[in-house]
This record gives sequence, structure tokens and C-alpha cells, in this order.
Amino acid sequence: MAVMAEPVAAQVKRSSLWSRAFESRNFLGAMFMVPAIAILILFLAYPLALGFWLGMTDTKIGGVGRYIGFANFVSLSKDSVFWLSVFNTIFYTVFASIVKFAIGLYLALLLNERLPFKSMVRAIVLLPFVVPTVLSAIAFWWIYDSQFSIISWVLIKAGILTHYIDFLGDPWNARWSVVLANIWRGVPFVAITLLAGLQTISPSLYEAANLDGATNLQRFRHITLPMLSPIIAVVMTFSVLMTFTDFQLIYTITRGGPINATHLMATLSFQRAITGGNLGEGAAISNAMIPFLVAAILLSFFGLQRSRWQQGGRD
Amino acid sequence: MSDFNRRSVLKASLGGAALLAGPGIVPVRAAEWTNTPEPNASIRVLRWKQFIQAEFDKFAEQTKKFSEKTGIKVKLEAESWEDIRPKAAVAANVGAGPDLIIGTLDDPFKFPEKLIDVTDVADYLGKQYGGWYPVAEKYGKKGNNWIAIPQGATGGCLNYRISHVKAAGFDEFPKDTAGFLKLCQALKKNNTPPGFALGHATGDANGWCQWALWAFGGKVVNDKNEVVIDSPETIAALEYVKQLYATFIPGVLSWNDSNNNKAFLAGDISLTLNGISIWTVGKNSPDPKQQEIAKDMNHAAMPIGPVGVPTEQQNVLVYYGYKHSKYPKAVKEYIKFMMDKENYDAWEVASNGYVSPPLPAYNDNPVWTSDPKITPYRDCLKRCRDNGYAGDLGYASAAVMGDFVVVDMFAEAASGQTTPKEAAARAAERAKRYYQV
Repeated sequence: MAVMAEPVAAQVKRSSLWSRAFESRNFLGAMFMVPAIAILILFLAYPLALGFWLGMTDTKIGGVGRYIGFANFVSLSKDSVFWLSVFNTIFYTVFASIVKFAIGLYLALLLNERLPFKSMVRAIVLLPFVVPTVLSAIAFWWIYDSQFSIISWVLIKAGILTHYIDFLGDPWNARWSVVLANIWRGVPFVAITLLAGLQTISPSLYEAANLDGATNLQRFRHITLPMLSPIIAVVMTFSVLMTFTDFQLIYTITRGGPINATHLMATLSFQRAITGGNLGEGAAISNAMIPFLVAAILLSFFGLQRSRWQQGGRD
Repeated sequence: MSDFNRRSVLKASLGGAALLAGPGIVPVRAAEWTNTPEPNASIRVLRWKQFIQAEFDKFAEQTKKFSEKTGIKVKLEAESWEDIRPKAAVAANVGAGPDLIIGTLDDPFKFPEKLIDVTDVADYLGKQYGGWYPVAEKYGKKGNNWIAIPQGATGGCLNYRISHVKAAGFDEFPKDTAGFLKLCQALKKNNTPPGFALGHATGDANGWCQWALWAFGGKVVNDKNEVVIDSPETIAALEYVKQLYATFIPGVLSWNDSNNNKAFLAGDISLTLNGISIWTVGKNSPDPKQQEIAKDMNHAAMPIGPVGVPTEQQNVLVYYGYKHSKYPKAVKEYIKFMMDKENYDAWEVASNGYVSPPLPAYNDNPVWTSDPKITPYRDCLKRCRDNGYAGDLGYASAAVMGDFVVVDMFAEAASGQTTPKEAAARAAERAKRYYQV
């Protein structure tokens, strides 16, 4: 019996430890977090770390790279095409994000009113977001075609123009053209998300403001905007991130041309890494995007979410 | 021992066989193919997407024939040239994906150690059919071994409207760069302009820009792989193209590889660089207007510049198999089958001469003389230089082309964004970043 008693006791002890652990809220919480943490490490942290590492190497396609420190970044700092892509990316992001926000907010306010066929109108607004990016990019590529552009054709038929507009063959025309395509594509996301935010604002606030004799502008400025600022922060953060890292629209419409005038950092990174074969340099260009992205996130969260703004105050 | 490779063994064996054949001991055989594919082999082939449907249909039909004959299953897929390049790169990097790719230019030289040695296939085909064009050999061979088998080139020739060239005062298409410029100026004057892609077009823009650079004696690198693009010869080429650009239809700075096809068949341009696809598509089109254009068009080789020799750059297509394949022998068997003259010839007929052959022996295919309009495409590989000229093919040559260094240089100078001198200096600065590695 004495021989049997000891293992049983140990078993009971182990079993009770295991059972007690599962009774602990902290342990259970940690266990439930394990799958999420594993996914984050595998699909987010690891690729990010790999990207950092590649950016510090001279890795070529199919080869094993050597650690070269910041040599890729030093080389990029002397590369005029890289700096042009930085300029293009900032230009593209700033203009597209501002216009997307303005149109999106206007549409959201409009859709929040009592409109006939509201559901149908909302569905139509969402349409550009539903169409796959590549398909909409191909459509824009045709719209901007140097020989077959529908815009040029209409303007010529209307007698407004005498020759086709060179949408994509002139550097500045091309920059504005891709910004416009991005705006068309991105407005629904901003509009629908802001609409969701608008619908969380209590109507009693507006009723009280009405009783106080507030004008439409005052109601917007002192109720809508402050109450909406947390959702604006989230929407603008996502909008800026998605615009800054855009690839498909540019690659399909211009491939970075003409003369690299529309190359964004993302498209240049792809061109250098994959078609050019220099994975290390491509990764370095991607890594160079991170400070800009972090700055955008910080601006959104620490700027737009200021509590005084939300309370309708001023800086 | 390092010099004692499979090729030297083969040479020695064939030499011995020839000696023995002399007195009639061994029957004379041009080339021998001994390869036993792996049992139950199954391979995945990724090739360039067709511009001519009949060409792809024939290729698929022959692939089926290969499977029936050998028992090797083949899954055939197609992607555009631009999309094959990243897929090939990813396959090389991760060691998974297609077993065999039919891609373009010097892509295999970016990851040669990942590829199956196909020296035996190249030696067999070369010996069987009397040798490769030198440029084809350069695209296939790294050191002493072959890492790729050239399939040919989607030949690029000048496509022109016969009536428009005549109206411009030329009974014959000019054969030199000076006459070519005069023709373009006259076409512009007659409101029937030329149009050549100057956007990031992999095939067409690279094709004619490299031609212009080399025609005036310019080159990205010398034979020691030193960057020499910033030279008086390059500036002469840029000055020439600046004058040509003034005659082009507006919008070419944005053109990709499909724009000139569309513009030509719409009747908007009367001269461009393209494969035979414009004519083939026009000829087979149900649209009478396009049929009329096809009837009124012809093809010519690129004019010869001050260097006095042809300086074309062609979109050479290459087979390359990956070491990650479980069935490397089946891969080689497939390449050999598809490249065998009988099969190649039949495919060439279906493609209407879309692919210029890499072996001069294949020039006797009746398709090349079935219509004089097809003939200029036959000798594309005879007239062409490799895109690493005058240096080696490799990571740097591929990167310079992939990064559009030469195209951007011409686009900058031609459009007046920079002076020719500044454009050449910028191109040199960009090229050096790749060739310094």
C-alpha cells in the first residue's frame, strides 16, 4: 500500500495544480491569449523583423545575403529616384487623404439625414470600395488613356478641347490623375465609417442645441465634430496608412511612370526587390516607410484624440 | 579537376566517337539524347501569356502530345511577362512553385544556383541542329554550363503603314538612322505620326531605347563591366532620340507594351516597334477597318546607326527549370520535346512567326517565306545583342533593365526634363549602384 500511496499522492498533487491553474483567471486569460499572440508573432512580428534584417543585408533574389549594416540606407540617401519616390508618396498621401476626408465627411453627413432611397444611396456610395482594386485601376487606366480616354473624347466632342489630354504622359498630370483615382477608391471607406460614428451621437444633444438656438454650423462645430473626433482619428489613421502604402493602383495605372513621376515608395520597393532582384534594397525602402507611418499614427492618436478637442475646446 | 566538367567529357566522347566513326566502326549520329525521366513524373510549367491565341493553343496541344508520349503529366499556366518575373523570383527564393518557367531575358542569371543544369539539352539541340546563334548561347550559358534554353524571341521589328511611308516620300523603308529620322519627320508633317513606347514598358520601350543607345556606339558597360554610359556616344544617341520624340504622337511617355498595338490598329499611328502581333491580329480581325490596316502594313528591321552593324535588342524567351523540382529529368525531357525541330516548326506555323528562332537551322520553316511580311522577323536573333552588352549578363544587367535606367534616361532627355548630358550622368549614377556590387 505504501508503494501505491506515493504515486497516487503525486498524481493528486499534479492534478490539483493543473486544476487550480485553470481556476485562476490570470492563467486562463494568458492561455486564451496564446493563439492570438502566436498569430501576431508568426504573421506580423516575424515578417517585420525579417524585413528589418533584409534591409541590413545585400540579399539578392534566391541568394543568401551578408550583413552590411546601414549600407543600403546610405546608398539610398544618394539615390535621386528614391527621394523622388519619397516626395511622390508624401504628395499622394497628403492630397488624397485630405480630399477623401472632406468628401467622406460631406457624404456621411448627407447620408445621416433623412434621404429618400437611403439604403440604395448607401450601397452606391460603397460601390468603389467593393470593386477589386485592380479592376478599378484598369478602368482608370482606360479613362486616362492617351488615345482612347473617355474624358478627352467627351471634351473634344463638346468642343471644349481640341486635343486629347495627356493624363499619364506628363509628370504632374500623372500625379494628379493617380491621386484622383485613389480618392474615388477611398472615399466610401471614410464616408461609411464616419456615418457609423455619426449614428452614435445622441439626438438629444442636437435637440438641446436647437432649444438654445444654435445654428447648423454651431451644431456641427460644437457637437458633431467633437463627438466624431475619436472615429475621425481611427478613420484618418487607416486612410493615411492605406494611402501611404498603396501599391496596386499605381502599379496597374502607371508602373511608376512617366520618368518615375508616380513611383511611390511601395512600388519602388517592389521594382528594386523583385524585378530588379535586390531584396536587401527593396526591404530597406520598405523600412524607410516606417518612420513616416509611425508619425502618421502618432499624429492621429495624440492630435485628434485630444480630450479638449473632444469637449469642443481649443488648444 | 575543376576544368573536367560534363561538357568536356561530352566533347571528348564525341571526338572519340567521330574518330571511331571514320573507319566505319560506329554509326555517325549527330547528337544523342539519353535521359530517363523519373517514373510518375508530374511537372508544373509557367509560360508567358500569348498575344496570338493559335500559338498558345498549339503549345498546349503539343504539351498534351508530350504527356501522351512520355506519361509525364504537365500542368500548363500562363502569365504576362511582367507577372512571370516576380513569380520566378519568388519561386527561386522560397524553393517552391513551378518546376519550369518560360520567361524573359536574363532572369535566370539572377538566381543561377537555383536552376537545373541543362547543358545536356543545349548540347543535344546545338549539335543536332548545327549550333545556336551567339546571342542565344549568351542568354543560356553561364560559365561552361547552360542554365537556360533560349526558346527564341518575340521578335521586334518596325511595323509601318505602306501607304503612309510612300506618302512621306519613301519608296523603300530607310535602312539607316539618318533616313529613319527623315521618315519620322515627314510622317509627322503628314499628320500620320510614329509612336514608340517611352513608359515602363518591359518589351517595347527597352527594345527600341537599347537599339538607339547601341546604334550610336553608346553602352551601359564595357567588357569589364565598368559603367561607361556617360559618354559622347550616349549623348549623340540622346540628341537623336530627342529629334525623333518631337515627331511622336503625344502620350508615349505613359505607354506600356499594349499601347502601340491599340494605337496602330486604331489608325492613330503609322510606325512603331512591335512583334508580328499587330499584323496577325489585324489580319484575323472581323473588323474591316483593322483588316485594311493589316493589308496596308509591312515590317522592317531596325535601321543601322553610325556603328555600322545591327544593334537590336530583342525580347528573348528562355526556359529555365528549378532545382527544387522533384522531376528535373522530366523537365529536361519537356524542353527537349518542345524544342525539337518538328514540334517547334509546327508551333511556329501556328504562331505565324511570332517567335524568332534561336537556332539558324529553324530558319527553313516555310512560314518565314509564306508571306514576305513575316520574313523580317526570322532573323531577329541574328541582328540582336544581349541586354548586358558589352558586359556580362547577371544580377546587374537584369537590375538595370528592371529599374528602367536606359528607358528613363531617354525619356528624361527626349521630353526635355533634363539635358542629354544630365540624363546620361543620372543614368550612370543609377547604373553604378548596381554594377558596384
